[in-house]
Amino acid sequence: MSSMGKKDQQRASLLQGTLDMLILRTLLYGPAHGHEIGKHIQRTTNDFLQMQHGSLYPALHRLEKRGWVSAQWETAPDRNREFKYYRLTEQGRKQLTVEESQWKQMAEAVARVMWPAIPDEG
Amino acid sequence: MRWWRKRDADLERELQSDLDLEEEEQRERGVSPEEAQYAARRAFGNPTVIREQTREAWSWNRMERLLRDLRISARTLLRSPGYSAVAVLMMALCIGAATSLFTVVRSVLLRPLPFRDPSRLVMLYEHFRDPSMNTQGFNYNAVSPADYYDWRAQTHGFADMAAWRYWQFNLTGTHGELPEIVQARGGSWNLFPLLGVRAAIGRTFTAREDRPGSDAVLLTWNLFERRFGADPSIVGRQIHLDGQPLTVVGVLPQWFTWPDASVQIWVPFAAVSPELLAHHDFHFVQVVARLKPHVSLKRALSQVAAVQYREHLQNLNAPVAEDVASKTLIQALAEGVRTPLLVLLCAAGCMLLIGCLNVANLMVARSASRQRETAVRSALGAPRGALIRERLMESLLIALAGGAAGVLLSLAATQWLVVTWKDLPSAQGIHMDGVVLAFACGLIAAATLVAGLLPAISATGKAAMAALQASSRTAAGSHARTALRKTLLTVEIAATVVLLIGAGLLLKSFWRLRSTSVGCTTQNILTMRYSLPVEQYDTPAKMNAFNEALLARVRVLPGVRAAALGTMVPGAGRGGDNIFTIPSRPPTAPGAALPDALTRLASPDYFRALGIPLVSGRFFTSADRQGQPNVAIISRQLARQYFPGENPLGRHVIIPAFGNIDYRIVGVVGDTLEQVGQPSTPTLYGSVLQMGTQLGSLTLVVRTASDPLSFAIPVQKIIAQLDAQLPVSDIFTLQQILTRSLGNQSLSASLVLAFALLALLLASVGLYGVLSYLTAQRTPEIGVRLALGAPREQVLRLMVSSGLRPALYGLGVGLVASAGTARLIASMLYGTQPLDPIVFAAVAAMLLGVAALACVIPAWRASRIDPMQALRIE
Repeated sequence: MSSMGKKDQQRASLLQGTLDMLILRTLLYGPAHGHEIGKHIQRTTNDFLQMQHGSLYPALHRLEKRGWVSAQWETAPDRNREFKYYRLTEQGRKQLTVEESQWKQMAEAVARVMWPAIPDEG
Repeated sequence: MRWWRKRDADLERELQSDLDLEEEEQRERGVSPEEAQYAARRAFGNPTVIREQTREAWSWNRMERLLRDLRISARTLLRSPGYSAVAVLMMALCIGAATSLFTVVRSVLLRPLPFRDPSRLVMLYEHFRDPSMNTQGFNYNAVSPADYYDWRAQTHGFADMAAWRYWQFNLTGTHGELPEIVQARGGSWNLFPLLGVRAAIGRTFTAREDRPGSDAVLLTWNLFERRFGADPSIVGRQIHLDGQPLTVVGVLPQWFTWPDASVQIWVPFAAVSPELLAHHDFHFVQVVARLKPHVSLKRALSQVAAVQYREHLQNLNAPVAEDVASKTLIQALAEGVRTPLLVLLCAAGCMLLIGCLNVANLMVARSASRQRETAVRSALGAPRGALIRERLMESLLIALAGGAAGVLLSLAATQWLVVTWKDLPSAQGIHMDGVVLAFACGLIAAATLVAGLLPAISATGKAAMAALQASSRTAAGSHARTALRKTLLTVEIAATVVLLIGAGLLLKSFWRLRSTSVGCTTQNILTMRYSLPVEQYDTPAKMNAFNEALLARVRVLPGVRAAALGTMVPGAGRGGDNIFTIPSRPPTAPGAALPDALTRLASPDYFRALGIPLVSGRFFTSADRQGQPNVAIISRQLARQYFPGENPLGRHVIIPAFGNIDYRIVGVVGDTLEQVGQPSTPTLYGSVLQMGTQLGSLTLVVRTASDPLSFAIPVQKIIAQLDAQLPVSDIFTLQQILTRSLGNQSLSASLVLAFALLALLLASVGLYGVLSYLTAQRTPEIGVRLALGAPREQVLRLMVSSGLRPALYGLGVGLVASAGTARLIASMLYGTQPLDPIVFAAVAAMLLGVAALACVIPAWRASRIDPMQALRIE
């Protein structure tokens, strides 16, 4: 714990709570295994979010336990090996909309505090 | 478990496959294979951490942690089997004793009787207000039949009242079966409906059967099974009681053993002469009443009290109480055993506390040896909760193992108690039930906390970190711990002192009781009881013929010194008492206490056979028989109380209950006690040969030259020769009767003593442990002292005094606490003051002696320390 750098800590705290949402959103494109999910998030954020496997796998298993994703061993189309593929469940879809709207509210609220000069367009 | 392993394997495979993929991708990018492996590992991070954190996502993690703690604790305990065995044994004994006593308390005092709505049932008594009469139990006196009928007819607070009385019959068979004396009760017809009891076979009494001359009888299950082979066809058939044929109308259910298990037969309450039921001053009725719903006991009782006060005013010259009192059914049953039971339960609780403190003490000692480990772990971030949990787990294991063994132990102990403790009410079985098991679980939990929490908290606090800074010479962290151990020890010793003093008082009281004389010879006396059925022996002449023939034949048996008859022997109980008047005196003022005496019968040889001394006048002679002038002999106490400063010889007394016959006093004899430990009561003896058919049951007293029990069979044979249908009961030596009546005192004294000795042992083990630990702690310091030239005696004194200090504090606290608790057992003490200085001094001396002994060994060892070696330990 103490070995974590300051930057890492910032990232970790940013990720806290939103990682679940990011994973769910990623799975909206279709089933994927852990590595793919991590890579996807990393790529899409232009490497801003360095995926820590240390938090990815616990998060995946947490989602599986809650029933938001289901997991299955399947052969990858490009490699001739089995990977553990995660798939969004119906419940997971609902959860994603909930988390998304919460995140939006949160972001807007934060924005209003941070940049009050910008006039309200509504 | 398999599910859990599968999940583990699954996670392992997932991580591996993703790791492999990362490695492949790196290689595809053109990195060398070795490089790729490192890069993949770097990207992945610590796989162990990932595994653990992922596992945490699943809730079985907590379970797993618990199991791990359990495993570690079990291993730690098994590594020191001696310590563990001692601790478990200690817990087993303490929890076993407490559980056992709670089983009895629950069955006897707490569990409601198995009747319909038992909380609304009460027993009613006549209550004499005069406090001087309360010593003889007159404040809860049996009711007279006429009063009972008036209460029932004239009050409205109770839904119903029912009555029962004691009875005893000779049960004889028509086909030559052995005769036997059966304990019976006369119950009014509404008693069973009132309690909510139905017959198992047949029915209970009807209102029409509850009358004089009724021939209905109910069997209890016990007699039904034992004597009639559980054959249901007995209902409707006849059995012979005292030679009379009676018809069995039903059998009571097996669980119904109220008021006690010795009852074999129920007959209707009113199946006696109508004159007997008309008495206001003849107290033999036990009244059970059921409160009406929504009526308070106080209101219902006050109505009955008003009726009773009227009866009192109408019978001022007869013993008719002014007031009424009530008890719950359980109170009435458990009267004599309540205080001893609660005292024993408290003693067991006290012992349990001592046991737990001792285990706590041992655990503090063990945690001392692990203080560096604890300090390192908490420095590395182990949460304090986790450390405490681990420690608690150890005490939990000890308490669980001890508790399980204790519950098993208590099964046996309860059985033993029930067999040994004769007076325990048997209206319902005494056995373990869910509540008792829950109680035992509670004890285990409490023991875990007491034994584990204190050491755990003290071992893991901020002070624990000090162990890292402290060198072994300063041993700063251990100072607080030693103080804690000393405090624990002080409490332990205080509790031990309380137990020891309680035991000492009870023991002294028991010895006082045992050494009191009941007023007669107790060696080589055989007694047995019989009662001549009135139907067969219908004239005084027939009775006298039997009794005299029996005495004549027994007297000539070789080895028999004397044979006599009486209604009671000293120490065997109360018998009956009656009020009497002295015709030469003006009648007692209305409302004043009436002269009252135990009334007993004696044959001419009775006093000589029992060695009761003649004070003045003469004993009965064989001339004092039916048809001759009525004579009486009084006890010295009666003379002292009712003829103070006069010569009672030649004076007359009248006993109204015996038909107003005038008795001339011809002798005064020494006092005897109705029961060991009771004050002597005025006693009035009549002549057996003179009382005609009013004898009731008689006790044959045989004084022998050698072992009296060896005469039991020859004497019984003589009785059988005289009347083959006459059963004999209660064949005991007088010594046995006295021992039995002291059984309770002896039992509670010896149990409390056993607890106290065990407590003393525990406390001295604790003391020894603490001082040994202290010595080990201070070895370097002692080495320095010795090296600087301190004499060894001084070191010895230093160590002994540091061990004795907690003992002295504990003793002080214990003595003060005992002064309080001793008052609680004052009612159980005979001839012993609650603050008996001898007991207090003896306990203090004994405790100090044992404490000194426990201290001397480690202290001596400390004084033998080689300074060179002690200093080199660092």
